Amino acid sequence: MSDTTRRQLPTLAARAVTQAHGGGGKAMKDLIDDVFVREFTELPEVLEDQARLELADLAGLGDRLAMTTDGFVVDPLFFPGGDIGKLAVCGTVNDLAVGGAHPRYLSCAVILEEGLPIDDLRRIARSMATAAREAGVEIVTGDTKVVERGACDGVFITTTGIGVIPAGRTLGIERIQADDVIIVNGWLGDHGAAILAARGDLSLDTDLASDCAALNGLVETLLDAAPDTRCLRDATRGGVATVLNEMAEASKLAIELDDLALPLRKEVRGMCEILGLDPLYLANEGKLVAVVPAAQAEAALAALREHPLGREAAIIGQALDGKPGRVTLRTGFGGQRIVDMLVGEQLPRIC
Amino acid sequence: MKFIDEFRDHARARQILEHITTLVARLAEQRGGPVRIMEVCGGHTHAIFHYGLEAMLPPELELIHGPGCPVCVLPMGRVDDCVAIAERPEVILATFGDAIRVPGSRKSLMQAKADGADVRIVYSPTDALALARKHPDREVVFFGLGFETTIPSTALTIAQAAREGVNNFSVFCNHITIIPTLKAILDNPDHRLDGFLGPGHVSMIIGTDPYRFIAEHYGCPVVVSGFEPLDILQSLLMVVRQLHDGRAEVENQYQRLVTSDGNLTALEAFHQVYEPRENCEWRGLGSIAESGVQIKAAYGAYDAERKFAVPNQQVADPDSCRCGDVLTGNLKPWQCELFGKRCTPDQPHGALMVSSEGACAAYYQYGGGNVDGRGPDSSASASLSQNLIQSRAES
Amino acid sequence: MCLGIPGQIISLDDADARLATVDVSGVRRQINIACIVDDDHPPERCVGDWVLVHVGFALNRIDAEAAARTLELLDELGDTHEFDALTLNGDQEVSS
Repeated sequence: MSDTTRRQLPTLAARAVTQAHGGGGKAMKDLIDDVFVREFTELPEVLEDQARLELADLAGLGDRLAMTTDGFVVDPLFFPGGDIGKLAVCGTVNDLAVGGAHPRYLSCAVILEEGLPIDDLRRIARSMATAAREAGVEIVTGDTKVVERGACDGVFITTTGIGVIPAGRTLGIERIQADDVIIVNGWLGDHGAAILAARGDLSLDTDLASDCAALNGLVETLLDAAPDTRCLRDATRGGVATVLNEMAEASKLAIELDDLALPLRKEVRGMCEILGLDPLYLANEGKLVAVVPAAQAEAALAALREHPLGREAAIIGQALDGKPGRVTLRTGFGGQRIVDMLVGEQLPRIC
Repeated sequence: MKFIDEFRDHARARQILEHITTLVARLAEQRGGPVRIMEVCGGHTHAIFHYGLEAMLPPELELIHGPGCPVCVLPMGRVDDCVAIAERPEVILATFGDAIRVPGSRKSLMQAKADGADVRIVYSPTDALALARKHPDREVVFFGLGFETTIPSTALTIAQAAREGVNNFSVFCNHITIIPTLKAILDNPDHRLDGFLGPGHVSMIIGTDPYRFIAEHYGCPVVVSGFEPLDILQSLLMVVRQLHDGRAEVENQYQRLVTSDGNLTALEAFHQVYEPRENCEWRGLGSIAESGVQIKAAYGAYDAERKFAVPNQQVADPDSCRCGDVLTGNLKPWQCELFGKRCTPDQPHGALMVSSEGACAAYYQYGGGNVDGRGPDSSASASLSQNLIQSRAES
Repeated sequence: MCLGIPGQIISLDDADARLATVDVSGVRRQINIACIVDDDHPPERCVGDWVLVHVGFALNRIDAEAAARTLELLDELGDTHEFDALTLNGDQEVSS
């Protein structure tokens, strides 16, 4: 649906979100029309209480639906490399893509804090629309609520995604076998480090940007080159270490990482040295961990490196017959240590 | 990274490890038992586990992980006092991230934050002072933790607050000093230590001279060491060589940062603001005379203990806790009955499980380097692995 | 016990307040340089210094020559002949 055929949309007079915008009346309708309908050009002319999706369109793409949901909170709302809107689209697209699904539709529920500048909201909506367009998904339905000042942190967004898995694709964590190779598609920890810096309370200044990106295109490239790929996971909160621990546990294998093979930007290393953090636990928003049979590892790596989101792809480790569920790291110094799940989130330390 | 990467160069390590192995084997045979070296500093403990060094060393060389982790040795009563300050409605409590999970007898700062206290993590005491400038209507209290390395930074910050007249800023001082504690450990007749790795960053402030009594009076070699893996291996070799040669001296491996008399400017700031505290309680070690500092009366306006009435109640370590035995080298972490069962990083019972620099937490998290039971100390690693497996199964 | 990290001072922000900006592997932060300033080394001369940074303070200048000497010593230690000579001496001392 193109802009030219759309009805005249109202323009909001308010500068900031108020309780009226969540009241279900005209103010709310105007907010939705002016901000979301204006940006999400795929929304139908007349909004019903639900999106209606053509089964035939979906059935042509595969034989199973994939569905996922994720809530997004981030401080600050805008950061180098993205914002909460882009994050909310890419995060859900990636959760579908790492299951081998073609992401198709998203829903979007926003909780707004009273006092949020309308311009900020507009910027977030525009960013969601752009990210969705680039990832080839449509935002087809949504919801808006307003809460009192202090009851949320600017904006919370929940997106739910639906995708279609092509027939014959069976990515799964239980398919990992001994000697399989662990691949990541590039620099680790950029998002976590960029957010720490952007938050400002540690007064650290870097040129780091979040790696926030939709990975569905990259996944297709990878699966073309390495069709027997066992499984994929996106390494968001908890970082690569957490994903690998889940993989080791589910597959009842050991996983060994090579410290020297981990792709780390010097700024991420610097940040981790200053604050005493381990980059393996830093969040990523555009990185996946792929487990690939050794015979297809080189093909997978070459294909990833051809893709703009995989230039720095690297083999970082291997699954082994060892202590089931144990992830270890061979240090650059020739020693070895366990890479465990974290108890809580990593905190900056002085000692 | 300059001054880091070259000291992590594995190629240089192999020969040093061979030399250590050769000398330790001779020493162990002569003495009929292992060589025990204490790394005083938690930073060393962390590096040893982070790089998996322990499993690379010969089994006859035992590393005893010392008390140099200010978070681990912080008594529960002091955490309780800090929580009490944080819970005052006018207070913003600023702290290093390390302290936020340390359990008090009622709750940790993290739990206090969840219950409504305004607790903020900062990187520097100067950031806490900036918070005080930004919130003139609030009382900003900085949780002052750490050894001699950290003391000049809070001293300079207090002096700065006094100069600017930022009177809504204060420090809850829990700074401790390492020398009296080393003396207390050496005076314990049960200690089984043959030598020490001295704390490099503390020594950068105080110099190497304060350790001379260890060599001269107790006949133990001390080598002040840097924190990169090559620094640590070289320092271990230097200690082992002294033992082998029958020498007991204070040597300085960390010459790029440490001198014999320390940083005089930093020491001046230190003594301008702080004076020795008569008695100081250490978790796991008990009370040690003059092992901590307090803010001088001249800076009393910036002392949170004077500003706010704190409960100041002592909370005894649990009876079953054997951290003291681990600190003196009489017990390995995994030999403690609580290890991995009632005492985990999630629910620490004893001091050494509290921070990742604590010996027990490091063993729990990193597996002591013997990650698959193939380490040189196979009996130890076997029991360690069992403990780890048990603990995981039970938790 | 005390996390310290080498960084290079890239600018002087306020000489009187002893504030400068340090670069640690591409991460910049304003730090206090009071502990590395004295009559022989005024704030203006701190730019370019490699320092050890701990909790927002430069606690000491890093002596590059000493660092090089330590690395040389490490290389010498790696020289087996040197080592044999040293341990042989040690044996004599112990046995004498």
